[in-house]
Amino acid sequence: MPCDERLAKRIIACLDVDAGRVVKGIQFQQLRDAGDPAELAVAHASAGADEIVLLDITATHEGRKTLAETVRRTARDLFVPFTVGGGIRTLQDAAQVFDAGADKVSINSAALANPGLIGEIAGRFGSQAVIVAIDARRGTGPADTAEVFVSGGRTATGKKALQWAREAEDRGAGEILLTSMDRDGTGLGFDCELTSAVASSVSIPVIASGGAGNAQHFVDVFSAGHADAALAASIFHFGTHAVADLKQTLLGAGIPMRWPC
Amino acid sequence: MIAIVDYGAGNISSVKKALEHLSVDAQVTSDPSVISAAQKLVTPGVGHFTRCQSLNEHLRAPVLDAIKSGKPFLGICVGMQWLFAGSTEAPKTPGAGLFPGECSRFPASVKSPHVGWNQLEVRPGSRLLQGVNSGAFVYYTHSYRAPVIAETTACTNYGGMFSAAVERDNIFGVQFHPEKSAEAGLKILENFCAL
Repeated sequence: MPCDERLAKRIIACLDVDAGRVVKGIQFQQLRDAGDPAELAVAHASAGADEIVLLDITATHEGRKTLAETVRRTARDLFVPFTVGGGIRTLQDAAQVFDAGADKVSINSAALANPGLIGEIAGRFGSQAVIVAIDARRGTGPADTAEVFVSGGRTATGKKALQWAREAEDRGAGEILLTSMDRDGTGLGFDCELTSAVASSVSIPVIASGGAGNAQHFVDVFSAGHADAALAASIFHFGTHAVADLKQTLLGAGIPMRWPC
Repeated sequence: MIAIVDYGAGNISSVKKALEHLSVDAQVTSDPSVISAAQKLVTPGVGHFTRCQSLNEHLRAPVLDAIKSGKPFLGICVGMQWLFAGSTEAPKTPGAGLFPGECSRFPASVKSPHVGWNQLEVRPGSRLLQGVNSGAFVYYTHSYRAPVIAETTACTNYGGMFSAAVERDNIFGVQFHPEKSAEAGLKILENFCAL
């Protein structure tokens, strides 16, 4: 069989972690401890996830001390790309998670507060290691009016998502992780229009996030949305076969996927 | 012992972790005496081609001597590109010149960097890729690539064919990241360790 000339689209599993424990229930029945990020990351990778993102949502300073150890344990037996995000504010924070075994860091509000951080991390660890996460909301307006928010959507920055994505690329970001705040948590599907607008504004890969509810939503975001990768947590609630089933649906729809995994 | 040569490029710890997973004694080092004492060498990758400068300075003699003495050598990503004559990414930084040709950027017709899982077209006879079939997916992250040459053992098509893997005698190079390529990648590292 001749190889596909098209690059496979990526399915990325996201683990939300609070003080070392996965907090959004991703339930694998065969696991004794459903809340352990190290076990879940390996389970997702074996089930066919192309990458793993660990998002630290720990609010307390005390809880944050466990991050490096959580990253180290999670990275140990994981042999697919591994991104860590949440609370990375300085080059030193980034260096710590790279040292613990992360391949990439995802930065969000710290990059908005100090855009120079993107270049600092890229200069030291390479652009491939820097994902700039953008939380955007547009309501009913067109895609080019989407605005960037921080603090979980509570604070508007006044920046336009498309411009910020371009600036992030210019400053050395290797990928953009675009979350639609309008769709996040709704299960109504990705914001394909916004994803497509961002994907055509930059030349680096765009990871779509927010709104995944079923397999067709992934088909849509890879075709109409021109996403290079799609990230979801809740879609994987259904068990270990979810990723494999999803990939087969996508392959059936003509989307290039890594298969078999 | 396998020496993981620390020449200032990224990704060192993931390679060490993968070798440890295979129960192999591996040591990250930039010490010429440790490099000389090792049975095998790995130069991991990720980074700008200028990072190879230390491989052209104090590390050049121990690394090239080890290769000349027949010790298995594996270059990953930029570590593979260094085996070629050079790269247009850094014209003033020469490569080792062990393989002919120069690395160059992807054409503007495709997104660059090339990030993600892509397929191998494996040529027969490779020792490193034994048990890895054509069509296997491996993980890439790079903007420059090496040309297809006589020593190419696997190609990937992205904006045209490029060298995914090269091999001659004891010298091996892979553009992708075996330490991030799930089962296929671990198989390749296992093959290298078993040489």
